[in-house]
Amino acid sequence: MTEANILRRKKWRMTGVMIVLIVLTYGSAAITKFNIIEGLFAIPSTLAWMINNLVPSAETIENIPKVLKRLWETIILSVIASTTAAVFALLFAILGAQTTQFNRFFGFVARFMASIFRNVPVIAWALVLVISFGHNVVTGYFALFFSTFGFLVRMFIETIDEASSDGVEALMATGATYFQMVCKGVLPDTMPQMLSWIFYMIETNIRSATLVGLLTGTGIGYLFDLYYKKLDYNMLGLITIMIIAVVFIIEFTSNKVRKVIS
Amino acid sequence: MTTIVLERQPLQSAFTIAPEREQTNTILQLTNIAKSYDHKSMVLNDINLSLQEGEFVSIIGQSGAGKSTLLRCINRMIEPSNGKIIFDQQDITSINKRAMRQQRAKMGMIFQHYNLVSRLTVFENVLHGRFGYKSTMQGVLSIYTEEEKRLALSILEKLDMKDQIYKRCDQLSGGQKQRVGIARALVQEPKLLLCDEPIASLDPNSSKVIMDHLKEISQSMGITVLVNLHQVDVAMRYSDRIIGLRKGEKVFDDIPKQLNQLAIRNIYGTSVDELITE
Ligand SMILES: Nc1ncnc2c1ncn2[C@@H]1O[C@H](COP(=O)(O)OP(=O)(O)O)[C@@H](O)[C@H]1O
Ligand SMILES: [Mg+2]
Repeated sequence: MTEANILRRKKWRMTGVMIVLIVLTYGSAAITKFNIIEGLFAIPSTLAWMINNLVPSAETIENIPKVLKRLWETIILSVIASTTAAVFALLFAILGAQTTQFNRFFGFVARFMASIFRNVPVIAWALVLVISFGHNVVTGYFALFFSTFGFLVRMFIETIDEASSDGVEALMATGATYFQMVCKGVLPDTMPQMLSWIFYMIETNIRSATLVGLLTGTGIGYLFDLYYKKLDYNMLGLITIMIIAVVFIIEFTSNKVRKVIS
Repeated sequence: MTTIVLERQPLQSAFTIAPEREQTNTILQLTNIAKSYDHKSMVLNDINLSLQEGEFVSIIGQSGAGKSTLLRCINRMIEPSNGKIIFDQQDITSINKRAMRQQRAKMGMIFQHYNLVSRLTVFENVLHGRFGYKSTMQGVLSIYTEEEKRLALSILEKLDMKDQIYKRCDQLSGGQKQRVGIARALVQEPKLLLCDEPIASLDPNSSKVIMDHLKEISQSMGITVLVNLHQVDVAMRYSDRIIGLRKGEKVFDDIPKQLNQLAIRNIYGTSVDELITE
């Protein structure tokens, strides 16, 4: 096939994809009776409402220590869930990555399991787990653990396969054992990227933990639920702002740390 | 050209100049080696090859001729589909993993893309060459003997890399990286060096430095060097013997002088002028 033909075909394919996207957008808007124009016009009034109601008032400021305590619970939960999930994810990723798998079957099983864990949303995990563990922090922990595990396995596999296949070949050729190859050939070149993903998951999990906490009645989610039911919008505003602040701080520190280790 | 002579090193006998090798010993013997990746087309077909101690042999041939595959069949990074490999007087065709590991320790390998662990230092990468002689634990915990460290240092010194020892490998130039690759292979105290297009990613000057080092290694240390090359002129200049591969078949095996236009046409299917203007 000539170059021109390939290019032309590519262009047609792109056009096709665009048309499908437009049809999908219009189609789904029509079916759900969602009016984009109306939605857009509603934005200013929503903003006005938020400014009037969600800005924390003077008396809510007194509640900051209370919020901080719950927030701290949530942060700790996210960190623990992310780091423990990362340990298991590393093992599964080594089994599942092309460059380090020592058995095709185990590799497949590892990737398949990770895919299942990843594709169940964290809220679904929480809903299912709350039945067996009840409304407590263990439910939140496992919900975060499972979804983090699934996601990290995939990211770690990609990291390993991108960064280290050359070094792995060289080490195997020197007569290194499998574990020497993994510890000295794979980990040094992939660790920074993997740490980076773990930080990313901690950030994500603080947001998810808030949501999961709504369901399980723990952490900052519990507080959010409490004031939501009391219709105390000032407190809700405070909580939201503090969550955003924490996520910012975590993101800032993780960027700093990532710069140092890379 | 630097001379690689290491003195007062109890570890390595191979590193002293071999005085006038009298009777040459066969270090590698391939018999009827064949390889097919898909059970249909043959990538290597019935290769017979024998390498002597201290010999410098190049393999030339078009891209896709099977050069890399052949090299990796020797240390069984790729399993040959058929044939027999005798290395250092031992049949290694079907020995188990553990035994193969010990044999691989005696064969150094050098790569086109250097294949270093880029975030580790030069010194760490070179010491990786000792893994074949270590238990898993010793390797994982980076436990090296004084002799091993001294050996690594002296090799780096001979390759003019002494100033770069604590540099991370991703900060080196291509030529320097390849010298680290060579040092890692030499620290294995190998009997055979397998080099897969060692200069394909290098500029002419660095290429010359690398080829000179490889030549020196074969001459003064008595290590057999087998190099895949795609530059015919380089192969002609450095080799004791040239192997021509075409579509997985050995179509040439002789001293460089015998590699005339006809032979080149037979290997590449084109004349050398066309190759250069290509
Ligand atoms: N892992 C592999 N799986 C399938 N085919 C391969 C693989 N490696 C190489 N080949 C094929 O084998 C042939 C020889 O490849 P190679 O040994 O890399 O040749 P060279 O090094 O001379 O360029 C090529 O046709 C290539 O496509
Ligand atoms: Mg090749």
